[in-house]
Amino acid sequence: MSSAELFQGGLDLLAVALLALGIKGLSKIRSARAANQLAAAAVAMAVVGLLVSAQPTAVTWVWIAGGTAVGGVLGMLTARLVPMTAMPETVALFNGCGGLSSLLVALGVLLAAAGDGLTPSLLVLVSIGFSIVVGAVTCTGSVVAMGKLQGWLPTPGWMLGRWRHGCNVALATVVLLAAVLTVGGSGDALWPLVISASLLGIGLTLPIGGADMPVVISLLNSYSGVAAAAAGFVVGQRLLIVAGAMVGAAGLILTQVMCAGMNRSLPAVLFGGALSSASTGSKGSGEYTNITSCSAEECALTLEAAERVVVVPGYGLAVAQAQHTLREVARLLEKHGVTITYAIHPVAGRMPGHMNVLLAEADVPYEQLKEMDVINPEFPAVDVVLVLGANDVVNPQAKTDPESPLYGMPVLDVQEARTVFVVKRGMSAGYSGIKNDLFEHPNTSMVFGDAKQVLGNILGELKILGVGQR
Amino acid sequence: MDGFQEQLWVLLLGGLLGLELIGKVPPTLHTPLMSGANAISGITMLAALTLITRAGDNTLLLILGSLALGFALFNVVGGFLVTDRMLTMFRSGRKRSGGGR
Repeated sequence: MSSAELFQGGLDLLAVALLALGIKGLSKIRSARAANQLAAAAVAMAVVGLLVSAQPTAVTWVWIAGGTAVGGVLGMLTARLVPMTAMPETVALFNGCGGLSSLLVALGVLLAAAGDGLTPSLLVLVSIGFSIVVGAVTCTGSVVAMGKLQGWLPTPGWMLGRWRHGCNVALATVVLLAAVLTVGGSGDALWPLVISASLLGIGLTLPIGGADMPVVISLLNSYSGVAAAAAGFVVGQRLLIVAGAMVGAAGLILTQVMCAGMNRSLPAVLFGGALSSASTGSKGSGEYTNITSCSAEECALTLEAAERVVVVPGYGLAVAQAQHTLREVARLLEKHGVTITYAIHPVAGRMPGHMNVLLAEADVPYEQLKEMDVINPEFPAVDVVLVLGANDVVNPQAKTDPESPLYGMPVLDVQEARTVFVVKRGMSAGYSGIKNDLFEHPNTSMVFGDAKQVLGNILGELKILGVGQR
Repeated sequence: MDGFQEQLWVLLLGGLLGLELIGKVPPTLHTPLMSGANAISGITMLAALTLITRAGDNTLLLILGSLALGFALFNVVGGFLVTDRMLTMFRSGRKRSGGGR
């Protein structure tokens, strides 16, 4: 073993330790940022070790520099420019590129061996086949997930019927056949393998409803770890295997946590299709009656007189980019002596924790964010609840109506509070397409309008009232 | 065969470690955690680098490797930076007033 290889081996060991510490640190608020930097440093160290040990020639340096410059700059720009509301889509995009990379590496190793007239060992061939399949499914699946979250890709109707599973089973069979042939040494099966696996990624992801997409992204994130580990087998690098396995396993855990938060089982998400109002029991559907609505001004008056206000933010708030206006309203009320907290449902936003990021962007201190289990017993003592762009997560049906598809999903018990204001554009149903009994509750008043506009009106009214302006 | 067996052990232990590392995560951190873990999976860039350094003068391999490197690096650089951007936003109210932004 040369000294350069020893150096690389040492750096790799250190990198594994730092990656493990990084993942662990990412699970605590205080250490999260440092942990992320630690993990980044670990990857950088591993790269240095590899370059020192491999000693690239001048020509290879040029190719390395090319790939580095393009990928690095685009990554930097994307990370800086993407809006925080689009975070789930961005993670999906990054994830897809990781999967594509594993796919390309496996292809390259296979083509290189074929070019030299060599046949790789059976184990390497199996790894290559695995890497191609997982890489391709991750890549196209992630791109479809991104498209669905952006609203570019609706689910085609035929995908919801019985065609869906037949189609995917057929594709999976082709993938399996082509994989066996490729591993058996047939070069002809390679491209059918790549194409069928890519189509399978699309077929598996496309029928899944937008509400379940975060779970899918988390699962695909886990796949990309598996793809990295497979690539590690292909090129014989232990560091990749460890790191890939860690990410794969951690991704699975995170996926489970998300499913639990939405009261969905993973098989139901993957194969069950979107929740639809058609499956709603007779009790849950139907028109709204007894809706009370009020103006932003009345809402402002009630807020001004309150002692304890709880805000329930949803994705609609973020889409309207109203979190900054909300922060202004909260600031005035706080100066006026009103206690403000934010009730965060586990799946508020588009993924768990997404809402926390969006509120943090608007400078809301994270001490004011209360998790569901903490805030639920406190609702009876709350004067005013302001529901902004949230719907299904405050639907009491989830607790009261065993017929409802939402039944069993953890929800915020906002109807326990003295007064509830629901800011909403109209009476349309939520993501799940299910009627919300909260809107008919006697304590509830609807404030119709765009979240940002309504909050702007409330802000204006509070200023006229002289709230918080001593 | 020995090398492969060793790699399987590495896979198994790495997977078990991953299961243990993420036990209790506050929901606040789920999105950054997913994004950070995703950046780590871009470590396939090492495999891409290996492919390039072993390519010799095979242009097709150089192109494939370079593409793979570019995509993986997009994942790594973008993933870590965007995670950092999210995490810098988590500040406590006390620190903010003391720090004087």
